[in-house]
Amino acid sequence: MSDQAVTSPSEAPDEDERIPQRRQNPVQALLHQHPALGPLAVLIVAAVVFDCINTRFFNPANLSIMLQEVAVIGLLALGQSIIILTAGIDLSVGAAMILAQMVMAGLAVNSGWPTGLAFVVGLLTGLLTGLVNGVLVTRLHVPPFIATLGTLGVFTALSIRYANGQTILPSHGSFLLWTGKVITWGTFHLTTGVILMIVLYIVVGIALGRTAWGKHVYSVGDDLEASRLMGISTTRVLFSVYVTAGLIYGIAAWVQIGRVGDASTNISSTLNLDSITAAVIGGISLFGGRGVVVGTLFGALIVQVFQNGLALAGVQDLYQELAEGVLVIAAVSLDQWIRRVRR
Amino acid sequence: MSRSNEQPVLTASGLWKFYGRVAALRGTDFELLPNEILAVIGDNGAGKSSLISCLSGASVPDEGEIRLNGEPVRFRTPTQARAAGIETVYQTLAVAPALDIASNLYLGRELRRSGPLGSVFRFLDTHRMRELAREQVTDLGIQTLQDITQPVETLSGGQRQAVAVARAAAFGSKVIILDEPTAALGVRESKQVLDLIRRLRDNGLPIVLISHDMPSVFDIADRIHVQRLGKRAAVISPKTHSMDDAVAIMTGARAA
Repeated sequence: MSDQAVTSPSEAPDEDERIPQRRQNPVQALLHQHPALGPLAVLIVAAVVFDCINTRFFNPANLSIMLQEVAVIGLLALGQSIIILTAGIDLSVGAAMILAQMVMAGLAVNSGWPTGLAFVVGLLTGLLTGLVNGVLVTRLHVPPFIATLGTLGVFTALSIRYANGQTILPSHGSFLLWTGKVITWGTFHLTTGVILMIVLYIVVGIALGRTAWGKHVYSVGDDLEASRLMGISTTRVLFSVYVTAGLIYGIAAWVQIGRVGDASTNISSTLNLDSITAAVIGGISLFGGRGVVVGTLFGALIVQVFQNGLALAGVQDLYQELAEGVLVIAAVSLDQWIRRVRR
Repeated sequence: MSRSNEQPVLTASGLWKFYGRVAALRGTDFELLPNEILAVIGDNGAGKSSLISCLSGASVPDEGEIRLNGEPVRFRTPTQARAAGIETVYQTLAVAPALDIASNLYLGRELRRSGPLGSVFRFLDTHRMRELAREQVTDLGIQTLQDITQPVETLSGGQRQAVAVARAAAFGSKVIILDEPTAALGVRESKQVLDLIRRLRDNGLPIVLISHDMPSVFDIADRIHVQRLGKRAAVISPKTHSMDDAVAIMTGARAA
């Protein structure tokens, strides 16, 4: 048995050759290190091209409208992004937001609660949806895809039941409509909702990049088992991510009410998938642990720029969807290529 | 042996561990002396892993006692064992590939900035962590890790292992347990890791090394704990025993 102990000396030089670092080509290395660069480049190129096709594209009014359009989906995609960073997914985003907005508007208008209280309970409803998803994922060990597929149905049914299918109109000047307030900045017309979204992106971006919590979110998404062995409370990190996302959906609900001026259950059913699209186009890896949230903002803007630009160019809706589909596939293919560092 | 009058760092006596009706440990003993590399060898099913998971807090023994520096200890989680100073480097390398070397060294015990920026807003002191990580890596003589900001996934297997070992050695630990550190490595990389282990011992850290790799074990260990059928069959020295002897004891062909 001891003969297996003798290793052939000829292996050594071979091994020697392979020790140097695994090389990446420079573009791959750059994108690997700065995951938001890709989406930023796409955004700039797309904007320039669309402006060449129709010069109204870069008109401040048009840019303002695009930003206003992107506020709600941008917020949903922000919550979605931190969940995807942990290698999870949230299919219930849109439903969670609708439930939060129905509760917020319903309590204030139909139940006659003080607006401030209704607002807080609405935000807490958003937080609660995240709490439910978090418990399902971390305590009952339901895979995120299934857990949130389930809660998608539950939240949707609850909000329709609660509102009886009605559209709720907050009274003029209500605090719930504050997010729709237009702020004129030169020739731009932003809303407080847009500014709220940008502030939240900054806050979440800093929390992810500069705090231990952020490092742990990345490491949990990167390698759950290794993180656990290194002494990170992975359950607590995952749970905090779902709850934070839930709170962000609650804020998105407020922005949505301000933007539209009412709360209704029959708003776009594509919100769930759109938020995933924005995150993925923005360079958040579906495999977890990779990407930065500013990329998600670029991703949401890219989708908006394509929709707006193609519409201005007089292209049918159908091709806008086609373009979005192609973008998602291209983004994931790019991610696969960037991740391929090994050898 | 002349060493036996030293006070052991980590001991276990009469450890029993059952998994259902199977007894993985049948009253095993264990003793680690200061400044030594103790290798643990044994056939599959001899209870090596069970012994190590009891020592590292990954599982709780059903019976028996573990003492660290003479004090009885009872770990319920790896975190408790780590807090007491027992660091374990697992075979499935516990590193986060996308994070850089410094972040990996400090993961789970990050340094915060001083002042309200750190205490209220919980900002990390990235600069200082990198600086200290660089020092630690240099102290351990891991010259191959030049750039502390490099993501771990761009490193070779041996370098990753070095990061994992450096992480274990970096935080005032009293004992380091290494589970098959060279199993996935080539010959030269194994040698680098073994050199690193030797340096840790020379710096005064006692080390428990679980390995299947007999030549490495005989090359590096001061004493060898041979585990068989859930018990310690023998503790031998590479100076007085050959690999054949060790295998004979391991398989029961010869009584210790």
